[in-house]
Amino acid sequence: MWAYVVRRCLIGVILILAMTLVTFALFFATPIDAARYACGKNCSEEQRNITRAALGYDKPVVEQWAGFIQGLFVGRDFPLDESQREAAPDQVTHCGAPCLGYSSFNAKTINELVADALPVTVSLAIVALVLWLIGGVLFGIMAAINQGSFLDRGIVGATLVIYAFPSFAIAVFLLNYVAIKWGVFPYPKYTEIADGGVFEWFGNLLLPAVTLALLFLAGYVRMTRAFVLESLTEDYIRTANAKGLSQGKVVFKHALRAALTPLVTMAGLDFATLLGGAIITERVFNYPGLGLLTIQANAASDLPVMVGVVLLAGSFVILANIIVDVLYAVIDPRVRVA
Amino acid sequence: MSDVSNTLGGTPTKDGAFLSVRDLKVHFTTSDGIVKATDGLSFDLERGKTLGIVGESGSGKSVSSSAIMGLHRGTNAKLSGEILLDGVDLLHVSDEEMRKRRGRDVAMIFQDPLSAMHPYYTVGNQIMEAYQVHNDVTKREARKRAIEMLDRVGIPQPDRRVDDYPHQFSGGMRQRAMIAMGLINNPSLLIADEPTTALDVTVQAQILDLLQDLQRDFDAAIIIITHDLGVVAEMADDVLVMYAGRAVEYGPGKEILTHPEMPYTWGLLSSVPDLTASTEAKLIPIRGNPPSLLNPPPGCPFEPRCDHVAKVGGDLCKTVLPELTPARSGGNHTKRCHLENPDEVYEAEILPEIAPDLVED
Amino acid sequence: MSDTTTAAATSVAPASTETVLSVENLKMHFPVKGSGVIRRTVGHVKAVDGVSFEVAKGTALGLVGESGCGKSTTGRMVTRLYKPTEGKINFEGTDIANYTGRQLHPMRREIQMIFQDPSTSLNPRHTVGSIIGAPLRIHKMVPKDKVLSRVQELLEIVGLNPEHYNRYPHEFSGGQRQRIGIARALTLQPKLLVADEPVSALDVSIQAQVINLLQDLQKEFDISFLFIAHDLAIVRHFCPEVAVMYLGKIVEIGDRESIYERAHHPYTQALLSAVPDVKQAAIGGRRERIRLEGDVPSPINPPSGCHFRTRCAIAKDICSVVEPPLLQIGKKHKVACHFPGEIHQHPEKPVTAPLLGVDEFGAPDPGASPAEVPGDGPGYADTWYDLANNSRGRA
Ligand SMILES: Nc1ncnc2c1ncn2[C@@H]1O[C@H](COP(=O)(O)OP(=O)(O)OP(=O)(O)O)[C@@H](O)[C@H]1O
Ligand SMILES: Nc1ncnc2c1ncn2[C@@H]1O[C@H](COP(=O)(O)OP(=O)(O)OP(=O)(O)O)[C@@H](O)[C@H]1O
Ligand code: SF4
Ligand code: SF4
Ligand SMILES: [Mg+2]
Ligand SMILES: [Mg+2]
Repeated sequence: MWAYVVRRCLIGVILILAMTLVTFALFFATPIDAARYACGKNCSEEQRNITRAALGYDKPVVEQWAGFIQGLFVGRDFPLDESQREAAPDQVTHCGAPCLGYSSFNAKTINELVADALPVTVSLAIVALVLWLIGGVLFGIMAAINQGSFLDRGIVGATLVIYAFPSFAIAVFLLNYVAIKWGVFPYPKYTEIADGGVFEWFGNLLLPAVTLALLFLAGYVRMTRAFVLESLTEDYIRTANAKGLSQGKVVFKHALRAALTPLVTMAGLDFATLLGGAIITERVFNYPGLGLLTIQANAASDLPVMVGVVLLAGSFVILANIIVDVLYAVIDPRVRVA
Repeated sequence: MSDVSNTLGGTPTKDGAFLSVRDLKVHFTTSDGIVKATDGLSFDLERGKTLGIVGESGSGKSVSSSAIMGLHRGTNAKLSGEILLDGVDLLHVSDEEMRKRRGRDVAMIFQDPLSAMHPYYTVGNQIMEAYQVHNDVTKREARKRAIEMLDRVGIPQPDRRVDDYPHQFSGGMRQRAMIAMGLINNPSLLIADEPTTALDVTVQAQILDLLQDLQRDFDAAIIIITHDLGVVAEMADDVLVMYAGRAVEYGPGKEILTHPEMPYTWGLLSSVPDLTASTEAKLIPIRGNPPSLLNPPPGCPFEPRCDHVAKVGGDLCKTVLPELTPARSGGNHTKRCHLENPDEVYEAEILPEIAPDLVED
Repeated sequence: MSDTTTAAATSVAPASTETVLSVENLKMHFPVKGSGVIRRTVGHVKAVDGVSFEVAKGTALGLVGESGCGKSTTGRMVTRLYKPTEGKINFEGTDIANYTGRQLHPMRREIQMIFQDPSTSLNPRHTVGSIIGAPLRIHKMVPKDKVLSRVQELLEIVGLNPEHYNRYPHEFSGGQRQRIGIARALTLQPKLLVADEPVSALDVSIQAQVINLLQDLQKEFDISFLFIAHDLAIVRHFCPEVAVMYLGKIVEIGDRESIYERAHHPYTQALLSAVPDVKQAAIGGRRERIRLEGDVPSPINPPSGCHFRTRCAIAKDICSVVEPPLLQIGKKHKVACHFPGEIHQHPEKPVTAPLLGVDEFGAPDPGASPAEVPGDGPGYADTWYDLANNSRGRA
């Protein structure tokens, strides 16, 4: 088992490195002069060259990439150009490993930016995950055991309708009506647990998390419904019924258990995707997570931030894949290696 | 010797039967029409006795036995008739009452012991569960009981194997575990739906022996469903031959196997070789295919495949469904066929083909 | 002596005993991979571990044994769906065990296979006509315009309506589908048919139809069969010769009477005693049943010595030390047991010990002179070990 995990992790690391290379290549294939944006609007040719050297944009792409990889493992000092560092030692910013880069636009290392944004995104993703899993599984089971009934069609239909709405619309609706107009919830503003306690943290997250959860709900309802229906036709369900188990036990202990594998897979991957930042939701609610960071970076053509966030998001997906595979073995005893 | 009033309702009722099924019908409404999977089945079974149900695939064996377990509740099946277990009509008890009886009074084991067990729970867990539903016991007690039962059905090192998952058991061991699960609450009726079809002969022999031993110990009534006449011959006191959802022959096993009086039973007997038959003799298949259970024709369901229609004369076979009437050989043996002299036809035409060596006596 | 009579005898005999297939010491070891970073081979499933047998022209050899004993694997090697790990497959005198790609092509015509499950082995999207006609086209057996008429002829041979060539497999019943599979196997006029559980998935009444059909075809086209099944009664009915396998090895092989009336191997005896018998039971009798305890051991780690020893009621010391050779004990009867004999008449001393040069307990016996074991080959020898007198016997 461990050997397997190690192997998967090694492959994961290689994948991430390859991903950064592709990201670099893609960004530098665009005709944008990154240094011009980094330097600002009223920037002389000379200043621009200095910035270019400070950020290493004067080097070939491959070399820049190599520098970036090196930074990941041992850290880097900015500005990259040695002569500039010597000229102004007090302005040198050290970026420890794993260094994701430096945003001259924000005058911060990307690690710092991420450290600020990530808790917001993670909080959001966790609450959303819990909401859509509970909702998806409950509604899915309800639909499954009432297959063909009004309730079944109602649930599936409603989730589909919600799914059809753009998440932007849902977010705006929740914000404008539920929070502002009706005042059911206070205007959501991210507060850390350390500042306001769990309840405030949660209450503030609820609206954006609901937005995200609704987005995923339809898929999970339909999937739970399909897998529970399928496993309800299995022979072992007949055995469970023949034992005299109650309907609840049959459905929750026996049928749902078998449907868990695909649910966990999907949830793991969706969660990982969300960790990369929920762009629209964060934007509408103005939550300073990775999504908002990405939007800002994009608007400012702040390349280092983009690269850093892409790398981070990709790593989450790869990591989630590994975790899901390991979870498989936990869930399904047949996969466990002796 | 027969009491006419009894024959009308089906088979004669034996007084004091533990299980008594009267005119059981299970009909499914499908988009193509009504599937009459079981259409008027009656039989009786005493404690400590075994009933064998044989018949081709699709003849309604599983559907009928699931009806006794109440497993059609909540589906689109329409049931009618009576299923009297110890005097209580199982068709009319509440869902909750039926659930309580399942696994406690009536237990069932199934054909494929791999798919019949949940792959994600240990064998012990699944057996314990069967005990815990019907008994207010702690986990530890249930586990002890599960180990005891595993030991009873011959699983070596039961205290260790109890924590294995089904896929870690061999086919025979899984079926043993299923039997342990079925018998853990000392049910008075055990239904075994093709318990050995998926197993090797040597394992089959082990399982059949085990069932017989356990029956003796627990004094349970057993219904064994199979398409293997050999299994029926070894296990069953009574035999019920089913065709197209109906009983076509019913009586003591020995009677049915030595003096069958219904052409379908003859067909079954002559289409399987046995270990002593002459190898020169050809197998005699039943020609054609089993009928559809949708809109069955009015006459004898076996008519399209029967070689003896001519002996009945007229189009009786085609138009009139024969009643289940006492066999010529008497006893409790009944059959569903218009033939006047099935015993003579059997002696003259069938026996020489399937067992030339038995013809003399 | 009388040269003329022997000459006459040998010249007449081969007509009926011409060997089509002769398999020698065939082995199939599937590698078992470890789970490490480098998936190295950590062991082998010895699915088939040295089997030898012969199939004569126009007859059938039955292969029986418990699930997992290697029957299907043997069949798949003979049809060369698998490449054997070791051993010879002499088909009409040439060894095809190591044939590759192109070389196999002509031989594929002559050896065909019928599979267990008729519904999964037929492509549901092709008509019956194109399924049966495909081999004809691939092997260019008949001109294009003759394919259809040949297909219809074949359908008729297997008892299906020739007009139905345009239908799809799902429009046929299980028994009819199995007939389609048989028709497909017959298109190339094979000399050998490997039938892997051809009737196991069918209802009893339909089983009989298919068995009868196979028998008719065998007579008409002089086809040889390797007939794999676990139903001992059906094998007895169909096959004049039977091989019993246990854990990758043949433990007993012989003609029908030897196996079913005078089985000498404890496993064969147990197997036969386990078959429920309608007639016996119906008239009140029941054969004594030999109970086999436990399960078949894993083919990855088979027991030392005799593979059957873990479940054998009469096993003695020697059984765990020395593997019993397949010893010919009758004109057409070989058995692999140190104590061969009919039920309750197994000898006290291992009859094989002197032949192998070991003592009663399997330890090397310096005094003994190992002799050639009679019957050590795919076919039957003219002389054999006579159990009654512990000497060499002869017809
Ligand atoms: N839920 C259902 N809806 C419609 N038809 C059904 C349903 N369940 C069973 N049937 C039909 O009822 C008939 C009897 O089925 P059953 O399973 O009892 O056969 P069986 O005698 O047990 O056969 P086998 O030997 O193959 O197990 C079949 O024709 C089947 O197609
Ligand atoms: N491709 C394979 N790789 C590894 N092991 C295999 C493979 N094919 C078969 N085996 C193993 O080889 C053994 C023999 O298998 P085989 O299918 O020949 O048995 P069989 O006698 O045909 O059994 P059955 O009656 O169940 O069909 C089994 O233990 C099986 O698990
Ligand atoms: S009633 Fe007629 S068709 Fe039916 S079994 Fe008897 S003889 Fe055959
Ligand atoms: S060799 Fe020994 S263990 Fe093997 S079958 Fe014979 S007596 Fe039994
Ligand atoms: Mg059934
Ligand atoms: Mg096989």
